[in-house]
Amino acid sequence: MKLARVACAGAIHAAQPQQLSDGRSGVLLTDGRRLAEEEVVWLPPLEVGTIIALGLNYAEHAQELAFSRSEAPLVFLKGPGTLLGHRGITRRPAGVKFMHYECELAVVIGRSARGVRRADALQHVAGYCIANDYTIRDYLENWYRPNLRVKNRDGATVLGPWLVDAADIADPGNLDLRTYVNGKLVQQGNTRDMTNDVPALIEYLSSFMTLTAGDVILTGTPEGVVNVDVGDEVVCEIDDLGRLHNTIVGDQLFGR
Amino acid sequence: MPLSPCSAIAMEEPPYHLSGRVYGALLNHRTALQALGDSINQPPYRAAPQAPVLYIKPRNTLAACGAPVIVPSGVAELEVGASLGVVIGRPSCNLAEERALEHVAGYLIVNDVSVPHLSYYRPAIPCKARDGFCPLGPCVVPRAVIANPDNLTIRIYLDGELRATACTAQLLRPVAKLLADVTDFMTLSPGDVLAVGVAQPAPRVRAGQRLCIEIDGIGRLENTFVDAAA
Repeated sequence: MKLARVACAGAIHAAQPQQLSDGRSGVLLTDGRRLAEEEVVWLPPLEVGTIIALGLNYAEHAQELAFSRSEAPLVFLKGPGTLLGHRGITRRPAGVKFMHYECELAVVIGRSARGVRRADALQHVAGYCIANDYTIRDYLENWYRPNLRVKNRDGATVLGPWLVDAADIADPGNLDLRTYVNGKLVQQGNTRDMTNDVPALIEYLSSFMTLTAGDVILTGTPEGVVNVDVGDEVVCEIDDLGRLHNTIVGDQLFGR
Repeated sequence: MPLSPCSAIAMEEPPYHLSGRVYGALLNHRTALQALGDSINQPPYRAAPQAPVLYIKPRNTLAACGAPVIVPSGVAELEVGASLGVVIGRPSCNLAEERALEHVAGYLIVNDVSVPHLSYYRPAIPCKARDGFCPLGPCVVPRAVIANPDNLTIRIYLDGELRATACTAQLLRPVAKLLADVTDFMTLSPGDVLAVGVAQPAPRVRAGQRLCIEIDGIGRLENTFVDAAA
C-alpha cells in the first residue's frame, strides 16, 4: 500500500499513486477522482512529529567530507517548517557556493518505542519514504554542527512522494538509492552500507528518548554530493519507494 | 496546571495553544560565551559563532510545571537551563528587527534541562532530548504585560535557596534581533516557543531536589527532580 497526501480543488486528500488509462502517472483520490501527477499539489505524506536526522551514516560519505567515523551516531533534529512535498521548489540563496541534495531512506515510526532492542525494532516502523535533505555547506559553523541554518531551512527537506507500508518492504537494509540532477546520475548507494542500520538507529534513539507514531528518522546519505544551481531538477530515487522530484529556485520568487 | 505534550496551556490571546515546537538559542547569554574563554578560537570551534546556534527540544521532552523530572540512571546531576521563552503569535518569516516583537503572543519560562556536556561541537541530542527534559510554564503571559523582555531578572532556587540570578539584558542578541536572525532562514509559527538563552555557570540539580525558576512578571516554574529508579 502506498499512501500520498495531495491538495486538489480546495481540499487535502489521501491518494494512491496509479497509472492513468492514457499511460500517464497519476493518483486515485479516496473520493474516486483520478488525476495526473501534475494536477495535484503534493504534500509531505503524513503529519510529521519529531524529525530526527543522521549525519555521516555511510562510511564513504563520511570519507568524502573528510570526517573520521564518529563513535556515537551523529544525530540532529529538524522542525516541521523545513518539510516539503514531492514536486516542490527549494530556494537557493544568492551568493552561496555549495548547496547539495542528500538522498535518504526515511523511516516513519508507527508505534511508540522506548528501550527497544534491535531484534524488535522493525515492529515499531509504520513505513518508509524518500527524503531529500538539502544542505548549504557555506553556513556550516563548528557549534552543534550541523546547525539549523544549514539543515533546517524552510522548504529544504523534501519528503515523499508517498508513504510505503513497512509490510511491503522486505528488507530496508538492502535498497538502492540514486540521485539524478537534470537526468544525470550523480549519487548512488545502498542502505546495506549504513554505519548504523535501521534497527540499530531505533535501538540507539529509543535508549534515551521515546519515539512516537509519526516521528521520522532520516537515515543519512551515501557518497556523491555535488553542488546544485537555480533551475536544476533533482530526483531522488529509492528501490520500491518511488522517485522524489524537486526543483531549485532563486531568491526572486521569495521577494528577496 | 497540567501540560500534555504539544498543547494545553490556555492563553487569553491567540494562539490559544502551544504548537509543541520548542527551539532554543545556544550561547546567546553573554556569560555563556564568556565561560568558554579562548577555547572558542581553538579546535574544534576555531571561531565564535556568527549565526544563531539553535537546538530543538522535541515533543517527548515537554513537561508541565510541577511534573517530576527524571534523573537518568548513571547520571549524578543535571544542568538547569533557565531561559525566557518567547511564544510566537503570528507566522514569522524574514522579520525586520524593528517589528519583530509584534509577532510575539507572550512569554513563559523554559527549563532546558541537560545532561552536563563539555563539548558544543556536535548537537547534544542524547544530553538534551530525553523524556521530560523541557518543563515550561507556568502560563503564557501576554506580550502587553511585559514592557521590555530585554530587562527581566531570572532567579533560580534549589530547595528554596537562591542559587543564581541572570538578566535578559545580557543577551548577545536581544529578543527582537534574535527573532529577525532566526526567521531569516526558518519560519516560526503561532504557538512555537523560542528559548532565548541560558546564563552560565548554570546550577546543577540532583535527584531529590526541588527547583524553582522565577522570572519577573511571568511567574515561577517549579519541578522536582527524581531518581530514575524511584
